[in-house]
Amino acid sequence: MEPIINIPVEILRPLLAAAVAIGFVFANATVMGYLERKLAGHFQRRLGPMEVGFHGILQMPVDGIKLIGKQLIAPDNVAGALYYLAPLIALAPVSLPFIVIPFSPGLQAIDMDIGLIFILAMISFNTIAVFLAGWSSNNNYSMIGAMRSVAQNISYEIPILLSLLAIALMTNSFSMRQIVESQRGYWFIMLQPLAFVIFFISALAETNRAPFDLPEAESELTAGFHTEYSGITFSLFMIAEYTYMFLNCSIATAVFLGGWKGIPLPFGEYTGCIWFFAKAYFLMFVIIWCRWTFPRVRFDQLMNFSWKYMIPFSLVNLCLTAIGVKLWQAIF
Amino acid sequence: MSQTAAKAIHYRYFLNLGPQHPSTHGVLRLVIGMYGEYVLSIEPVIGYGHRMHEKMAESKPWPMFLPNTARMDYASPLPHQHAYVSAIEKMTGIQAPERAEYLRVITSELSRISSHLLWLGAFLLDLGAFTPVLYSFDDREYILDILENLTGSRITHCYYRVGGVLYDVDGTFVGKVREFITRLHSRFSMYKKLVEGNIIFLKRVKDIGVLPLDMARRYGATGPVLRGSGIAYDIRKAAPYSMYPKLDFDIPTGETGDCLDRYVVRIKEMEQSLRIIEQALDKMPAGEVMAKVPKKLALPPGDISFSTEGARGEVTYYLVGDGSEVPYRLKVRSPCFSNLSLLQELCEGMLLADLIATMGSLDLVIPEIDR
Repeated sequence: MEPIINIPVEILRPLLAAAVAIGFVFANATVMGYLERKLAGHFQRRLGPMEVGFHGILQMPVDGIKLIGKQLIAPDNVAGALYYLAPLIALAPVSLPFIVIPFSPGLQAIDMDIGLIFILAMISFNTIAVFLAGWSSNNNYSMIGAMRSVAQNISYEIPILLSLLAIALMTNSFSMRQIVESQRGYWFIMLQPLAFVIFFISALAETNRAPFDLPEAESELTAGFHTEYSGITFSLFMIAEYTYMFLNCSIATAVFLGGWKGIPLPFGEYTGCIWFFAKAYFLMFVIIWCRWTFPRVRFDQLMNFSWKYMIPFSLVNLCLTAIGVKLWQAIF
Repeated sequence: MSQTAAKAIHYRYFLNLGPQHPSTHGVLRLVIGMYGEYVLSIEPVIGYGHRMHEKMAESKPWPMFLPNTARMDYASPLPHQHAYVSAIEKMTGIQAPERAEYLRVITSELSRISSHLLWLGAFLLDLGAFTPVLYSFDDREYILDILENLTGSRITHCYYRVGGVLYDVDGTFVGKVREFITRLHSRFSMYKKLVEGNIIFLKRVKDIGVLPLDMARRYGATGPVLRGSGIAYDIRKAAPYSMYPKLDFDIPTGETGDCLDRYVVRIKEMEQSLRIIEQALDKMPAGEVMAKVPKKLALPPGDISFSTEGARGEVTYYLVGDGSEVPYRLKVRSPCFSNLSLLQELCEGMLLADLIATMGSLDLVIPEIDR
């Protein structure tokens, strides 16, 4: 039988992937919201959500409905359209990077040559959203949070790029699939432990997670850049934050932890994604663990840490990698 | 005026920190002139929680004012009550039985530990660590339970009476307090691991908010804030009252007067308080807990002041009597007022985050300032 509408598979695939990705964004935010509250509860020797459903498992959907139902309260003299645009800009680009993430050999929408760069470019959209939110809110706390966020994101994007560049030198490619496939028998974390550490710490700062959560430092700035956002506008920021967390963790998984590789499972073409998700969510667990353990750093310490330690070390790492790769090619 | 200073004034903006802000711990408002992240000027605005405690004391007989004394410093109410009842006892020449004095010492020290535990959690919360507050509240819960069983209330205890204390204690109380002492001793090592070994914590408090000795003296700072700067001034030693002269304890002091020193002083004070409680439990004699006090007790004409060492510093009650049951005047010296007033000079030119850390290390209880 002929299909009713003849859509070429090259277009159908990304479209399907985008639909799945949008669904995944919200599912991930729900799961992470629940995990964060539950884990925080256990780190703090309390139970966390327990009331709604078994062990509070329905807490997040209920919260979501509540937040959607809430009235949006905008203070006087906000910068109108920009104020409402900010949460949308935060959320809009988050589903795009899913197109290039290789969850398993069979589960990747497109394998772009510049996959890694594409993800990083999409992730840095967040800065614009945060800055817009702080700028348009007509609130000093929001403004300070926004200024911090821009400075922080610019400073920490450099070590992220430099540490990933070391891997790109070794694989000779920015394609996510090729990076995963070139990890045969070992993971890149074994060859590049320093790059992994630099990447992970910078990713914490990039996603504004504690101990680097300065744009929303609660004890200083009440809620930072989203002080004036309520209801669904606030939750859009939270959904975006959890998605950026997941994206950073999936980069780490694909680049350093061997992506879908693990103990072979039946139908490995598709079931490899189990390993991928297991690794990514383990990293997310570590991020939550850090948040509920460490105090917050000070802003100037944060900047110093990036410019005086992270960037020099990642540069040194890059140089050493370049020399190592050349030597390897010369010898073998 | 230098060029930077002129520029700073030109780009100055005002940040209204409070009265509703997570880090002011109450209804304190700071009007901060800021230049970027730097604090140029601070103006504390107080009085949102003013409840006319002193006027109330002057308009009703002294027994009716007794519950008010627990409502000023809600984090450690008993030293306030101690000062009030002791002032009246001193004025009317009533002597509380020895057992009652020991009970006052024990409960006051428990109150001090509970206040310091509350501060520990809140201070770390100001630094952005969310978890320790629940651990310290876990320990504080034990004290609240012990005091609830004894006094009937968890926060605003009204336990001391002129001439003694309201209830006697039994073996259960002593057992529970001893159990708590062992527990808290074992918890200190956990706090040390969780907090003091953390490099982020040390970077946030070391050499931050250094309070020089002369500044502390000028503003009349007392309590751990003063002792953190290196003076071992403690009313329990300087003007001993109750049973403190018979007990053996040290006054911990800091060296430089930074936030870390104030932190260390408070932690060590908790250890000393445990020592005091242990000794007091051992030495406490059997007997009455209430002296014979006439039903109507008029305050003789004249004035008197009595100081106790609260969790935050020197608590002084100045009492003027005029021959009736109603005091003519009551003046309360709260330690937090002096400790807050030095914030202005101490924090100029700091980063906002350091201001929050410094303010947290001063351990302000705002209702005590507003009264």
